[in-house]
Amino acid sequence: MFETAINSNAATFGGSMVGKDPKWDRFDADGPKRNPATTNVKTERAVTSVDPDQTSKSMSDLLVRVGDQDQDAFRAVFDYFAPRLKAFLMGQGTSPQMAEEVVQETMVKIWRKADQYDPARAAASTWIFTIARNMRIDHLRKSNRPEPDMNDPAFIPDPEPLATEAISQAQDSAQLYAAMAELSEDQRAVLKLAYFEEKAHPEIADALGIPLGTVKSRIRLALKNIRSRIGDSE
Amino acid sequence: MTISHHPGEELLLDYVAGSLAETWSLAVATHLALCPMCRRTVSELEAVGGELVSAVAPVPVEDDLYDSIVAATNAAHEDSVSSRPVADSSGPNPILPEPLRSYLGGDVDSLEWRRLGLGAHQLPIPTGDELTTARLLRIPAGRPVPTHSHGGLELTLVLSGAFSDSTGTYGRGDLQEADESIDHQPQAALGEDCICLAVTDAPLRFKSLGARMVQPLIGI
Repeated sequence: MFETAINSNAATFGGSMVGKDPKWDRFDADGPKRNPATTNVKTERAVTSVDPDQTSKSMSDLLVRVGDQDQDAFRAVFDYFAPRLKAFLMGQGTSPQMAEEVVQETMVKIWRKADQYDPARAAASTWIFTIARNMRIDHLRKSNRPEPDMNDPAFIPDPEPLATEAISQAQDSAQLYAAMAELSEDQRAVLKLAYFEEKAHPEIADALGIPLGTVKSRIRLALKNIRSRIGDSE
Repeated sequence: MTISHHPGEELLLDYVAGSLAETWSLAVATHLALCPMCRRTVSELEAVGGELVSAVAPVPVEDDLYDSIVAATNAAHEDSVSSRPVADSSGPNPILPEPLRSYLGGDVDSLEWRRLGLGAHQLPIPTGDELTTARLLRIPAGRPVPTHSHGGLELTLVLSGAFSDSTGTYGRGDLQEADESIDHQPQAALGEDCICLAVTDAPLRFKSLGARMVQPLIGI
């Protein structure tokens, strides 16, 4: 349905099956597991604990410190996120060099905008994801991403904060992690294609060799499972 | 005011993932400005994206990347003011929310509408996306939009007034997703003109001969 809604440049990834790619991640294989100590020299200084709860909390704290122009905190955020952002950006067939350029732009943006980061509103990984995504659209697609402006007088603000939003961000993140770890392999595969390769649904169907209806139902089911786990009754 | 027609989750997911082209995103983002509920869904989907990034197996970066970044942060800070036009002179309660208003350069009163026939007016909206068309439509109160079907997807976001068709009634903030299977005859509600943002990925096909003859002339 959205064939023309996607960027044709982003549509080629050699048809590889992401779900089978060994580079994929801590959710794969036998469920949630701790990352093995990284062998990458550049990331030795990364946060050593990969308990998702702890990592999320400490990343949020670090990002707040980056907002105060704390260079040690920035280095720690870089060590953790730069190699992950590179993997994320290479997901759509972008060359490693190009991916690093976008990582660089993303990190510079993080440095400059971290004082606007609000740990009560979003996990560090969420905030960084949105910046990297926007830089990717900017840089690789040379396109605008229209967004609402909360300072616009026509903007309808959120109603009274919902009770669930009082849950600490770290707890949210841990719940989300657990929810995603419980997804089936099929469901994770469609989500990864959607997020990492900028694939719209018809292309996901092509890449996985399954009908469009199946893609839609898997995505719907994946999101429903995640919602039910993070206690959102919607 | 309650919004009862929302973008489907697929559309929101594509918007969040960054795979939705600019013109569709304009309709989604303008709906989001009016819809806290969908903004909440978007936040959740962004959190899923953040989790996926955290969970991916890291790819080592070049040794000098960090130094390059530090150098870039120290470089003269280019003015990062967005490229959007400066604030227009809209009143305190603009009808067109951002980001749409900036695309048009002002609120509805300042626009130079083009006649579409049957009392309707339209205004094409320039975007960087050549495969789709965005336009603002103004249908006189109580009047029908010429019967049409779609070659592809159409998103219609109501900004003022309301319209009804066989699928329901759409008021401010409501977003209709229609595809080629829908052969609808929207009609503006009585009371006030219906102003809506319409995004299509293919020219609309009007059914009446008259409308078909003028179609090439008016570019709809």
